[in-house]
Amino acid sequence: MSFDWMKIPYSLLTLFIVVNYGFLLNALIQKIGARAGRRYGIPIWQNYVDMIKNYGLRSSITHGAMFYLGPVFRLSGGVGLLLFVPTIYGSYMFSNLSFAGDLILALYFIFFGTLGMALGAGESGHPHAAIGVSRGLAQVSTAELPFALAVFAVALQYQTLSVTEIVAAQQGGFMQWTLFTNPLAVAAAMLGFLGSMMRPPFDVVIAPQEIPIGPPTEYHSSYLALMQTNRAIFPIAKIVIYMNLFFGGASDWPTFFFKVFLIYLWSAFVGVVFPRFRVEQSIRWFLIWAVPLGILSIIFV
Amino acid sequence: MKDELKIRVVKGPDGVEFEVEPLKDYYCEAAPTVMPAAYIKVVEDLFNWARSESIWILGFGTGCGAIEMRPLMTPRFDAYRFGVQWRPTPRQANLFVISGYLSTKTLKRAIRSYEQMQNPKYVIGLGSCTINGGMYWDSYNTIKRLDDYLPVDLYIAGCMPRPEALLAGFQDMKKLIRAGKAEGANLYAENFEWYKANQKRVIHDWDMPDYNW
Repeated sequence: MSFDWMKIPYSLLTLFIVVNYGFLLNALIQKIGARAGRRYGIPIWQNYVDMIKNYGLRSSITHGAMFYLGPVFRLSGGVGLLLFVPTIYGSYMFSNLSFAGDLILALYFIFFGTLGMALGAGESGHPHAAIGVSRGLAQVSTAELPFALAVFAVALQYQTLSVTEIVAAQQGGFMQWTLFTNPLAVAAAMLGFLGSMMRPPFDVVIAPQEIPIGPPTEYHSSYLALMQTNRAIFPIAKIVIYMNLFFGGASDWPTFFFKVFLIYLWSAFVGVVFPRFRVEQSIRWFLIWAVPLGILSIIFV
Repeated sequence: MKDELKIRVVKGPDGVEFEVEPLKDYYCEAAPTVMPAAYIKVVEDLFNWARSESIWILGFGTGCGAIEMRPLMTPRFDAYRFGVQWRPTPRQANLFVISGYLSTKTLKRAIRSYEQMQNPKYVIGLGSCTINGGMYWDSYNTIKRLDDYLPVDLYIAGCMPRPEALLAGFQDMKKLIRAGKAEGANLYAENFEWYKANQKRVIHDWDMPDYNW
């Protein structure tokens, strides 16, 4: 088997573009949220400054080995998720490792970062971190249910688990998108999407006023900067999966930027309208509204 | 000393008994050290610029001045556009705003919060009470000069200063940080003995390690 060395710089280029786009997009979404509250909002480059500041702090303390590994796991979850799906469909440069991984692996990677965070935050020993992690795992698990059901519906529909083939099946006009060929699955997945974006009404995991910021309570300086980097990568990587499965993928970067922005805006749009759910409310909400949609989508397929 | 801080024997879930000394086991007692700046001046300048443009405030209101910080998050003043944000945990915060009078009971918590912040860290004294006691100049349980207990970088005078004054104070703070003059954390480490002596003079029920981070 021959290894294609040119894939490495291309993957790094993908990562570079996505990190920068993620930083800017996060700030933009925060700005949109602020404008909805009639504030001016943060400068668009604020996330970069925060990251440099956090890397530049002089002291940092540790709580043990898992405390180091938590942010690393989280970052590898984001990067792995990004690299195993085709970022740009049909492009040799930006398809990365998409030949090797299938949907199941992507589903695993989505959960991987959360688990790493749970271990790291558990090691920090702060009670707020433990509460935040237990809430987060409960909520993400139920939010994953409708998404997983939708993924199975899509896999059944196209008779394949390969993301690339699913995107290929959706080419040729927007009426070929899963959005129109299987609207129930998309609806279930988009409801599940809300649950994992850390925005209201499902942001009780970090609940800044109640359990000070939850899992990352003890994280600071470089650890926090690493997690900030992941906060730029992970949502984008996740949205790329949604885009590939349900919205026809993207065959060039402008389309990619536009579609990712619109999908991200969906969570911000819901977030500025609705107040925060408690954990048991959000779990109930997912089980009552999102999961039946996912089951229906499988039945219809 | 409180009961929960005394040395005690604990039985673990696996049946093994072991001794717990809370002050030693639950806290790190190593004294603070002076942290040097980055070796290359350009790097330190870049960090200082980033520190000045990304000030994370510890959301801890001590006195009546806390009410002046809340409007800064609202549409009218909106400090977020200047790179000022509030963080709920001392680990992630860089700036500690002592907002108004500080009773000796609150001082204890303020010290613990300050020591958990990471170097470099800054302190702003808000209101006259932090400068000379203000209207509490003859009170028996508030401290008079904040600078005796924590290294203050900047005072914002007034009783109470309006949110605009706080915004102006943040801008001055940025200039100090960018010029590399806000080295309060190192000052605290250098004069650690002096600060501790001052703190212990007013806090009579001292039941924590000397330095807990």
